[in-house]
Amino acid sequence: MNYRRSYFITTCLAFGFAFLYVPILSMVVFSFNASKLVTVWDAANSPTLKWYVSLIHNEEILDAAWISLKVAVINATGSVILGTLAGVGLARFAQFRGRFTLSAMTTAPLVMPEVITGLSLLLLFVAMEQWVGWPAGRGITTMTIAHMTFSMAYVTVVVQSRMATFDSALEEAAMDLGAPPLKVFFVITLPIIFPAVLSGWLLAFTLSWDDLVISSFTSGPGSSTLPMVVFSKVRLGVSPEINVLATITIAVVTAMIIGISLWLSRAGRLEKVAE
Amino acid sequence: MRALAPLRKVGVTGRGLVVALPYLWLVLFFVAPFVIVLKISFSDIDLAIPPYKPLIEWIGKNSLAIKLNLNNYAFLFTDSLYVHAFLNSIKVAFISTLLCLLVGYPVAYGIARSSGTWRNVLLFLVVLPFWTSLLLRVYAWIGLLKANGVINNVLIWLKLIHEPLTLLYTPLAMYIGIVYSYLPFMILPLYANLEKMDWQLLEAAEDLGCRPWQAFYKITVPLSRNGILAGSMLVFIPAVGEFVIPALLGGPNALMIGRVLWDEFSSNRAWPVASAVVILLLILLVPFMMWYQSVQRRESAGER
Repeated sequence: MNYRRSYFITTCLAFGFAFLYVPILSMVVFSFNASKLVTVWDAANSPTLKWYVSLIHNEEILDAAWISLKVAVINATGSVILGTLAGVGLARFAQFRGRFTLSAMTTAPLVMPEVITGLSLLLLFVAMEQWVGWPAGRGITTMTIAHMTFSMAYVTVVVQSRMATFDSALEEAAMDLGAPPLKVFFVITLPIIFPAVLSGWLLAFTLSWDDLVISSFTSGPGSSTLPMVVFSKVRLGVSPEINVLATITIAVVTAMIIGISLWLSRAGRLEKVAE
Repeated sequence: MRALAPLRKVGVTGRGLVVALPYLWLVLFFVAPFVIVLKISFSDIDLAIPPYKPLIEWIGKNSLAIKLNLNNYAFLFTDSLYVHAFLNSIKVAFISTLLCLLVGYPVAYGIARSSGTWRNVLLFLVVLPFWTSLLLRVYAWIGLLKANGVINNVLIWLKLIHEPLTLLYTPLAMYIGIVYSYLPFMILPLYANLEKMDWQLLEAAEDLGCRPWQAFYKITVPLSRNGILAGSMLVFIPAVGEFVIPALLGGPNALMIGRVLWDEFSSNRAWPVASAVVILLLILLVPFMMWYQSVQRRESAGER
């Protein structure tokens, strides 16, 4: 009986992962295809790097990637600060006024449909411009504010769950020995939760880098991000350059995640040895 | 901290300062926008910039008029386009959630029952697509599904079909796209829940004569209730407002409310009507969000 069940589960796993990975692999394979027809393999001239060359000469895509990068870096840094404060507060302060509201406000953006967040933020920016004259028009600033609002919710969740698993006795001991709260945070708390803060930063970066809907609502003329350019291209059909872009994205993300998890597991082992 | 002493007298504490910054940020950029949306949903449309009239006006010397225009809401209920789009979005999100559960549960279960190294590798493989662009992953399906795409080419090569099937721009394509994109959101909470499962309960049930399938739906399924609910909510709520996937894979007939909202807003500039759509969507979705939050609280408290 046991054998048959595990056989069934193994089959499910195989199909599940094939479903997740066949589309990704197909983009990687066809990024080396010479034919402009993308999905028709031109065996005579492939594999080729010609679409890679044409991508790095595509000004529109490069400009958009530069804007995306700027927004993503500012967003990630800002949301890590806001999200860490919220995560530490929610995990360590058992009771404070507005605790329920804060935890609701950091959960809701995780599931809120993007069209709702995007549209309401745009209406806020328009109204603010009318009342206080800031932000003047829409562009990188408004887009970054919008990204920070949903990214910080993710950072909060990551930091909060890390805070929940580490022993507050360490912090209390430092306080008993006379360290002021701010010093306790930077010397004890921050180093311990650093892996969570780092993954929060990367998560916020990725969310911003990928975002299409909220960016489209809150950006202005001349501030098209990479997903916006890709979307307008994809609506016209498949394009070999987009396959190349996807392949590069996948390669960078995979290398980064493997690198960081190896580094973290090594750091974890060193910590254990030290103990 | 001595510098804070005068502040403390007026009720400002170090703790207060820690939470004040994120708190104020979210009130200003997450809650306030909805108040403005609510306001605009009651406004008249106007041929100005911004394209709506103010709610509150001075009329005459000492009288202030607040005019709540309910026409935008009435319009939504009388125009069959909106009613249809609303119902269709709920239907699509509901079916997609069930499909995600159907595909995701065995995968999460399989990962939770794997040994240490395999478990980490498989989890990594679930998380990886989440880190790569959603837009690009949806785009990949265009290449697979189109008339001279990979699936049709393989089927023709296998001589199973002679003419390419119409797959792209159909409801099927849209469901595939949604399930594909949201699957990690179903698998991860399910796995987090199943990982804590005491598998000896299953052995006990089987020793007492339960069939494996019986043990599964009498023990495993009820115990993983919080994981099922959390995963379903993480799929259902955002899927109701999904815009990108129906726009790219669903074709012109895929009427989803997120898409109607987008068109209403960008091409028709009917901001008051679009705001009314947002308010109705929120009325529909906020109960689910509160349910999700209470499930999360129960789960982190270790209750079943």
